[in-house]
Amino acid sequence: KFRHSTTASLPQHGDRGFPFAAAAAAAGQAPPRPLPAAAMRFMLLFSRQGKLRLQKCYVPLSDKEKKKITRELVQTVLARKPKMCSFLEWRDLKIVYKRYASLYFCCAIEDQDNELITLEIIHRYVELLDKYFGSVCELDIIFNFEKAYFILDEFLLGGEVQETSKKNVLKAIEQADLL
Amino acid sequence: MSDIVEKTLTALPGLFLQNQPGGGPAAAKASFSSRLGSLVRGITALTSKHEEEKLIQQELSSLKATVSAPTTTLKMMKECMVRLIYCEMLGYDASFGYIHAIKLAQQGNLLEKRVGYLAVSLFLHESHELLLLLVNTVVKDLQSTNLVEVCMALTVVSQIFPREMIPAVLPLIEDKLQHSKEIVRRKAVLALYKFHLIAPNQVQHIHIKFRKALCDRDVGVMAASLHIYLRMIKENSSGYKDLTGSFVTILKQVVGGKLPVEFNYHSVPAPWLQIQLLRILGLLGKDDQRTSELMYDVLDESLRRAELNHNVTYAILFECVHTVYSIYPKSELLEKAAKCIGKFVLSPKINLKYLGLKALTYVIQQDPTLALQHQMTIIECLDHLDPIIKRETLELLYRITNAQNITVIVQKMLEYLHQSKEEYVIVNLVGKIAELAEKYAPDNAWFIQTMNAVFSVGGDVMHPDIPNNFLRLLAEGFDDETEDQQLRLYAVQSYLTLLDMENVFYPQRFLQVMSWVLGEYSYLLDKEMPEEVIAKLYKLLMNDSVSSETKAWLIAAVTKLTSQAHSSNTVERLIHEFTISLDTCMRQHAFELKHLHENVELMKSLLPVDRSCEDLVVDASLSFLDGFVAEGLSQGAAPYKPHHQRQEEKLSQEKVLNFEPYGLSFSSSGFTGRQSPAGISLGSDVSGNSAETGLKETNSLKLEGIKKLWGKEGYLPKKESKTGDESGALPVPQESIMENVDQAITKKDQSQVLTQSKEEKEKQLLASSLFVGLGSESTINLLGKADTVSHKFRRKSKVKEAKSGETTSTHNMTCSSFSSLSNVAYEDDYYSNTLHDTGDKELKKFSLSSELLDSESLTELPLVEKFSYCSLSTPSLFANNNMEIFHPPQSTAASVAKESSLASSFLEETTEYMHSNAMEVCNNETISVSSYKIWKDDCLLMVWSVTNKSGLELKSADLEIFPAENFKVTEQPGCCLPVMEAESTKSFQYSVQIEKPFTEGNLTGFISYHMMDTHSAQLEFSVNLSLLDFIRPLKISSDDFGKLWLSFANDVKQNVKMSESQAALPSALKTLQQKLRLHIIEIIGNEGLLACQLLPSIPCLLHCRVHADILALWFRSSCSTLPDYLLYQCQKVMEGS
Repeated sequence: KFRHSTTASLPQHGDRGFPFAAAAAAAGQAPPRPLPAAAMRFMLLFSRQGKLRLQKCYVPLSDKEKKKITRELVQTVLARKPKMCSFLEWRDLKIVYKRYASLYFCCAIEDQDNELITLEIIHRYVELLDKYFGSVCELDIIFNFEKAYFILDEFLLGGEVQETSKKNVLKAIEQADLL
Repeated sequence: MSDIVEKTLTALPGLFLQNQPGGGPAAAKASFSSRLGSLVRGITALTSKHEEEKLIQQELSSLKATVSAPTTTLKMMKECMVRLIYCEMLGYDASFGYIHAIKLAQQGNLLEKRVGYLAVSLFLHESHELLLLLVNTVVKDLQSTNLVEVCMALTVVSQIFPREMIPAVLPLIEDKLQHSKEIVRRKAVLALYKFHLIAPNQVQHIHIKFRKALCDRDVGVMAASLHIYLRMIKENSSGYKDLTGSFVTILKQVVGGKLPVEFNYHSVPAPWLQIQLLRILGLLGKDDQRTSELMYDVLDESLRRAELNHNVTYAILFECVHTVYSIYPKSELLEKAAKCIGKFVLSPKINLKYLGLKALTYVIQQDPTLALQHQMTIIECLDHLDPIIKRETLELLYRITNAQNITVIVQKMLEYLHQSKEEYVIVNLVGKIAELAEKYAPDNAWFIQTMNAVFSVGGDVMHPDIPNNFLRLLAEGFDDETEDQQLRLYAVQSYLTLLDMENVFYPQRFLQVMSWVLGEYSYLLDKEMPEEVIAKLYKLLMNDSVSSETKAWLIAAVTKLTSQAHSSNTVERLIHEFTISLDTCMRQHAFELKHLHENVELMKSLLPVDRSCEDLVVDASLSFLDGFVAEGLSQGAAPYKPHHQRQEEKLSQEKVLNFEPYGLSFSSSGFTGRQSPAGISLGSDVSGNSAETGLKETNSLKLEGIKKLWGKEGYLPKKESKTGDESGALPVPQESIMENVDQAITKKDQSQVLTQSKEEKEKQLLASSLFVGLGSESTINLLGKADTVSHKFRRKSKVKEAKSGETTSTHNMTCSSFSSLSNVAYEDDYYSNTLHDTGDKELKKFSLSSELLDSESLTELPLVEKFSYCSLSTPSLFANNNMEIFHPPQSTAASVAKESSLASSFLEETTEYMHSNAMEVCNNETISVSSYKIWKDDCLLMVWSVTNKSGLELKSADLEIFPAENFKVTEQPGCCLPVMEAESTKSFQYSVQIEKPFTEGNLTGFISYHMMDTHSAQLEFSVNLSLLDFIRPLKISSDDFGKLWLSFANDVKQNVKMSESQAALPSALKTLQQKLRLHIIEIIGNEGLLACQLLPSIPCLLHCRVHADILALWFRSSCSTLPDYLLYQCQKVMEGS
């Protein structure tokens, strides 16, 4: 993005920082590595009661960070009012979320990314789940969460959209299921 | 969708008793009886967090027993693994199961393997050590004939894979690009994408295969390859311009509905693909008219086609608008895009409105009239209930700020800031306010008050540049001296008022700013005596909530004021209190003050009034202490070692397991767990720009170095100290900027009482105050214009400096492109070996440089000297005429020609290395010996070529080198010659290695021969070697640099003045690269990282940082003498050129 040129060099999105950050990291002071970031950073599914149902990270995060992120986001998203925007700013990321019945689907993307298409990614995933389970409900995901992961891995791989054709994704899943 | 799902968890217990109505497939039912089912049900039935914890701990311990029991079958293991994943997801530690997940992936049948791989991808992260155990399994599965196994392996590789093991699977994955199944090809491309992300240089050589993937007949594979292209084009768009046509064609086909229907999404053809392509085009067309022209048509069509009223078409439209505004502008398209933005902004749907604002923010600088068009919507958004809408609106306003509307906009930003608690938002907004205030402040009072608000709210989380820049601005002043004094006076007055208030706590950073300003500029006050200011500072000093760092600032301020004060009761009391302080730092400051206080004359000369901008000459080497040190040493004192060195030694004495492989290793993480030795490295830094050395700053605030990257803990990346418990409860300073803003506009509660029409009027009013200056008279270049008109706080001279820096850097560009060439031969043997293949492009580059060589301007370049000194001859490699540049220039040709032709006889072997010119070392009437050096990667190769000048045959010619104390000299095979024919040349090669570092050394030897079996002769010679002959570039990554940096104990720092021609950092580094064979790892802004090694493998790292014409060099190495030596060489180079 274009910004004012300024005498003060303020931190901006995408600032990489000095490589000595790596040194600091080696000394255990900072998070493991400056992110080799995929488009999507992570995806969370949680219920209206705030119970986590699925958690997929596309950037390396420690268990502690994962827990903290989940706690923060569940809280923030559940506090949002229904008429509000489906996007929110969180740290330097954008959170895109949508509620389907009792489940919230929640993705973290970069600020420059396209929020609307991320909403459609969520929707496509729900469609895939629906097709696979046959009118999916939260229970299906609770008791077969590994299946939900398998489907997700065929659709999004390493944080990028892998296959957008519904038919192809389900074909791949069924093939693996049959064996 | 939403009508399908109406069963919620609250209904859960009841549901278990019935059959699921029309529920999922058999798998779902089976799980009801499974252990997971009972676990989930158990947890759901619980009411408290405590009970849940108990149950899960129980579950985990039973799982632990099961997974480690030898009787557990793989099938049971799979079931356990699912439960482990579940527990881990709930936030409990299941790390004991990680190894079993890997085992399951290794040993299980397909279904079990699948769960094993899934568990691995969920449990482990890229740098987890257990991941190495997976590599074998992955390799095996990649070679499997079973499609599903191959897919599983590729899926896991695309998610997590240890970076250092990429070479183990890379060939297998490359093979998969030719696989007959598209799903395998697609996953292989994504795996390579992953590799490109984590280790770009490992996949550099397969770029051609990416092109193949782009042309794949399967849409999915092609789409996957776009991820890689988007990434690569982001990094370097110029390298892929030739693909623009292909991308345009693909997009045309997609938009035209040429893809199979299965790729449609809600009857929109392949939206993800479209968006990806639009992004790529945006990057390619940026600032490039010719490339942009290729895409106008297809963008037009995209805008036209996307008319369906569905979210996904809006997503495409948004991307399209973004692209249209990114590339070289075309008015027709811009018009259409602007219309699109209107659709977004005016949409009743809040998501679309948000994106409309986002788009406006992006385009506003090109087209400020758009903001005018939508001003009423923007005003509405400013008071929107959803904070993210407000936030984006502020971002938009930030970009249209000018001298006329700044007060209103900053007011709005501050309002938002006071409501926000999130640290990230505070840091970001505070930075923007400070930037705007500095640029467009209407008057002194406003500026100081705004900055007060910034410091109060931003407190200790804001970027350290903000207070630093502010102080610099005050100190350096602007063009008008009286104006400067007024600003300073205002600041002083304002701070005194703030300090008068009772029970108000200010952030530490704010107090530091205050104390510096008060210390420097209190003299401007007429009535207030320095004593009164000192009394206020003293009160703060006695306050327990003030940090000791701030106290150092405070006491520095007191010290400055003491020399101006007449009576000094408070100072004496202060000295009395703090000379017995438990804080050693404070005690030190107090003693310094005490001694200065006793000698008023000295104090006045040491602390002159208002001289903060004058440069202070610091004897960084502390040479005035030499006598003292020498005396100490002579009396048997131990030589000084920096703290980290002592620590190193202590650590090395402790018996710890050495995890490092012997010799040099760069992939190690052996130091990760240890306290950073860099933390204390500043012990050797005496230049004194650390904030704690308050007293040192009194004479001159060292402003160039003010962006503190290095501090007590080593590198300080905008550290956000968590100590700011006060920051939450901070009251706004009394003199809020509210006064500046029309009350009617801002008071919300008031507006509620008012009638509808009045509300409207207010909005109009606000609009006019916000969008002032955006009218038609300034449509073309709004911001640029405003800048020139009203840059109130324009700094002196800085701009000019930057400009001159720029010109020199462009001048040096030619130089650096040239030098990169000169490095080709020795630096990158791979490069030169493949030169033939890469053909055209490289040749063009070479011919270009040969032109350069011809032109006279070259004589000015420092490089020419280098050229005459070492001939980079690779004649055998290049048949092309262009290559004549590699021969030594004409000037030295006469004397060198003969030798170089001699040398060429055995150059076959050594062509890729750089070598020196031949130099005659001894001769008589029969023979002549000349020698030259070849700087091979692993050693120094000395070549002595012996020419038999006589017409007679020489027998048993032998060359011997005397053993030298610092060197290990090894004779290369085939050196003793039984017969040497008349008028021939033979060469003897010796590889030389260092045994002990030295600075200057000699290699002596003799040549002996027999003439006609009787007469024997011997001739002695000697050659000078310098340590530089054994310095080689060390190619490591920035990460490795960081790790190594911490592990080295010996460091040396020095500031070197750069000569005029070196003014830009890149060119200075290039010079170092050429002359000293240092490898440039990375240049970031005004800092650079370099590395080299002393053969065989002693690394030395160099961190450079440039400000003005000073280059700060900082060496570190594991060898104690190397940094000193290299520093000396660097100085020589920098001064010499």
